[in-house]
Amino acid sequence: MTGVNDDVPGGRELLRVEGVTKSFPGVRALDGVDLSLRTGEVHVLLGENGAGKSTLIKMLSGAHRPDEGRILADCGADGGTNGAPGSGAQGLREVHIRSAQDAERLGIATIYQEFNLVPGLTVAENIFLGRQPRTALGLVDRKTMRARAAELLRRVRLDVSPSTPVSELGIARLQMVEIAKALSLEARVLIMDEPTAVLTSDEVETLFGIVRELRADGVGIIFITHHLDEIGALGDRVTVLRDGRSVDEVPASTDEEELIRLMVGRDISEQYPRTRPDAPGAPLLRVRGLTRHGVRSSKGSPARPAFEGIDFEVRAGEVVGLAGLVGAGRTEVARAIFGVDRYDAGTVEVGGTELARGDVRAAMRAGLGLVPEDRKGQGLVLDASLQDNLTLARLDRDTRRGLVDRGGQRREAAAVAGQLKVRMSGLGQSARTLSGGNQQKIVIGKWLLAETRLLILDEPTRGIDVGAKVEIYQLINELTAAGCAVLMISSDLPEILGMSDRVLVMAQGRLAGELPAAEATQDAVMELAVRSPKGAAPPDAGHTPSTNKNHPGQSAMEGSDD
Amino acid sequence: MTELLKTPGETPPTTAQGRAFGPWCTRAVLKNGPLGGLIALVVVMAVLSQDFLNGQNLLNVGVQASVTAILAFGVTFVIVSAGIDLSVGSVAALSATVVAWAATGEGLPVWIAVLLGLAVGAAAGLVSGALVAYGKLPAFIATLAMLSIGRGLALVISGGSPIPFPASVSSLGDTLGGWLPVPVLVMIAMGLVAALILARTYSGRAMFAIGGNEEAARLSGIHVKRRKLVIYALSGLFAAVAGIVLAARLTSAQPQAASGYELDAIAAVVIGGASLSGGSGKASGTLIGALILAVLRNGLNLLSVSAFWQQVATGLVIALAVLLDTLRRRSAR
Ligand SMILES: Nc1ncnc2c1ncn2[C@@H]1O[C@H](COP(=O)(O)OP(=O)(O)OP(=O)(O)O)[C@@H](O)[C@H]1O
Ligand SMILES: [Mg+2]
Repeated sequence: MTGVNDDVPGGRELLRVEGVTKSFPGVRALDGVDLSLRTGEVHVLLGENGAGKSTLIKMLSGAHRPDEGRILADCGADGGTNGAPGSGAQGLREVHIRSAQDAERLGIATIYQEFNLVPGLTVAENIFLGRQPRTALGLVDRKTMRARAAELLRRVRLDVSPSTPVSELGIARLQMVEIAKALSLEARVLIMDEPTAVLTSDEVETLFGIVRELRADGVGIIFITHHLDEIGALGDRVTVLRDGRSVDEVPASTDEEELIRLMVGRDISEQYPRTRPDAPGAPLLRVRGLTRHGVRSSKGSPARPAFEGIDFEVRAGEVVGLAGLVGAGRTEVARAIFGVDRYDAGTVEVGGTELARGDVRAAMRAGLGLVPEDRKGQGLVLDASLQDNLTLARLDRDTRRGLVDRGGQRREAAAVAGQLKVRMSGLGQSARTLSGGNQQKIVIGKWLLAETRLLILDEPTRGIDVGAKVEIYQLINELTAAGCAVLMISSDLPEILGMSDRVLVMAQGRLAGELPAAEATQDAVMELAVRSPKGAAPPDAGHTPSTNKNHPGQSAMEGSDD
Repeated sequence: MTELLKTPGETPPTTAQGRAFGPWCTRAVLKNGPLGGLIALVVVMAVLSQDFLNGQNLLNVGVQASVTAILAFGVTFVIVSAGIDLSVGSVAALSATVVAWAATGEGLPVWIAVLLGLAVGAAAGLVSGALVAYGKLPAFIATLAMLSIGRGLALVISGGSPIPFPASVSSLGDTLGGWLPVPVLVMIAMGLVAALILARTYSGRAMFAIGGNEEAARLSGIHVKRRKLVIYALSGLFAAVAGIVLAARLTSAQPQAASGYELDAIAAVVIGGASLSGGSGKASGTLIGALILAVLRNGLNLLSVSAFWQQVATGLVIALAVLLDTLRRRSAR
């Protein structure tokens, strides 16, 4: 794509950030950052985990206020008057964005990195939260609300009813609801913080289509992503942040290596540094005929997809990739193996001994560990300290004669945080205030401290910058070199291909096939992933056809991520 | 400040003092949280009443705080793990009744009677815990049921009338050396135990994890259901101790004793800075919360404010304390 908008005369400046600085206790998150946004442009914010991207956009959405510097906005026709007349370019005025309402008045809508939906409410209620259409009597006009929500859902190609409670949706669909909500604001500035981190390629295409439409309509878009390939495909300009400073502003056509260099400050030699073992060791994990029948939720659609007849083994020193479309049941299998959920038939053996069903502690004792895909909901105690989070899985090991060895915990936590290069102000910092990538490192660090022999990673690099990704891959190498094994679920196909010694592909709750590293290509994996399993019907075929109108190969099948 | 110090003590310039006092008070409270609030309250009471700041009265405050504080330590465990325990007042009365019944009525040795009382408290907690953990009842409902059951059983056992407490246990309500009240000592001891449990034991650390994110705790190998049994059993055990201390002070176990105390206990925990949504709380905060309530009541009594207005004042203090705490946390973000 061309970065022509850079020079388009009609591209009026919409928003400008000048010299913004923001400190939190112990960290200077932003240090004199500049940014400008024009109409009809997609401006990509790029930077490592913790570089300050989310903090910057929170200044624009009213969640944080800058310590220093100013924000100028084109107040447009509605001419909001909260601010002194700016001295800068014509049309731009200094504004003070103190709340989400202020941002909304300026026409700024934000999709945050973390979801802001109310689980108990329906999709329609969430989209119009606080702005519900009213009837003449002042009551909520449900009919209009549902109709407008349905239209927005069609626009984001999300096949759910507006009256579905959002608690029944998986992560990818939640993200699409967030996008629909932002669209409903009809903003002139749309900010998206890593919207694609949890989406599959089909959904990403839909999102890109929407973004391109908005751009054509003159909306200014700030887009944060860690996927470098998306920059060329969608962006116009890129602002690179490093350690809270804006290092450079370059056109989106800049090549990836240059972008990485700007972002990390050094070259990254190899993106997937997998060193494969000559011969894998003894089998560590053996799964036989693992089966769970579908569970249906109140609304008739399966709340959790089922799986059937899952057979595989993982050997010491191996990285086994588990590929498949969202909804194929990969997460479910991982959770069943780790004892989080029960299963109906089959066995899980570790080192020759069978694990009890539905018993996380037994799985841990056998040396299993699970990094869940939803790190905030399942991986972290957000308001607890990093030390408490890191040592949580070895709490009983740190307990001697009834007392927890806090000093020992501090030493262990400090060691692993250092090993993983976690960017933090101290071990007492709460996990909530860490940037996304560093949060993931904490979850992984927890399992390193628990002396895990077989680590199950579910979407381990979601929302992680290129530099940190390589660090995680290197960690995987170290683990396998030490005789441990890794089972890696990922929707990032290049990652699966680059890191796995063997690739298992799941489709509709079954293992569709297995490919050795040499034969695993993008096409081979995709072919298996979209193939409907031969012979028998899918295990959850019991429900009515009306709720199962999804095409088998479509990625928007039942979200696995509940 | 220096000007204030120079003014003669007999004629305090109330207006000037009031002006300087307001912001100082707010700042102290914002900076130090509950402790600042307690100090501010003590200063206010000392200024308003000559009788407040004397040793005997302060010990009285301690005695008045003791039962609430011991109950509240137990409730702290539950609230830290994002639960709630409404049954502690009833369980306290039930345990005390069992002690009195066993010792006075059945003539069992006193130590067996006391152990029995403690066991009944822990068992009541275990039942609540089982209803919450395995029965999947909301904690509010499970412990509301236990509130009714405990009170009912206390009435059944006692036949509805007070049972005299054995003399040796009643000495728990006396003083050591003629001045140091034993309830205050028990309060301090239970406070230390609670602090140790919260900060240094497996169960204590698990409480914070469960309260902060139950799913993450489960996925990290914490046996959440079993921990909940322990948590509610501890709350019941602390309630039993509180019940015995209260009965010792009254020298009889009264089946209607301690009714409504659960609300004081919860208030003390919350004033002490714990969040009802779980994941935070401290034994020291809870102690301060109980002391704030006791100072307030004692001070208002000294000022002969009517009991009706005292209730209003208590409500205001609870609201204010939590409000200030929220402000403090927000400014720390
Ligand atoms: N409320 C807060 N309190 C303390 N520190 C904070 C807070 N919010 C952010 N930080 C710190 O500020 C820095 C920047 O964080 P930010 O979330 O902006 O990073 P990011 O660029 O969005 O990273 P990621 O790509 O991982 O999402 C981090 O070091 C983070 O720990
Ligand atoms: Mg971020």
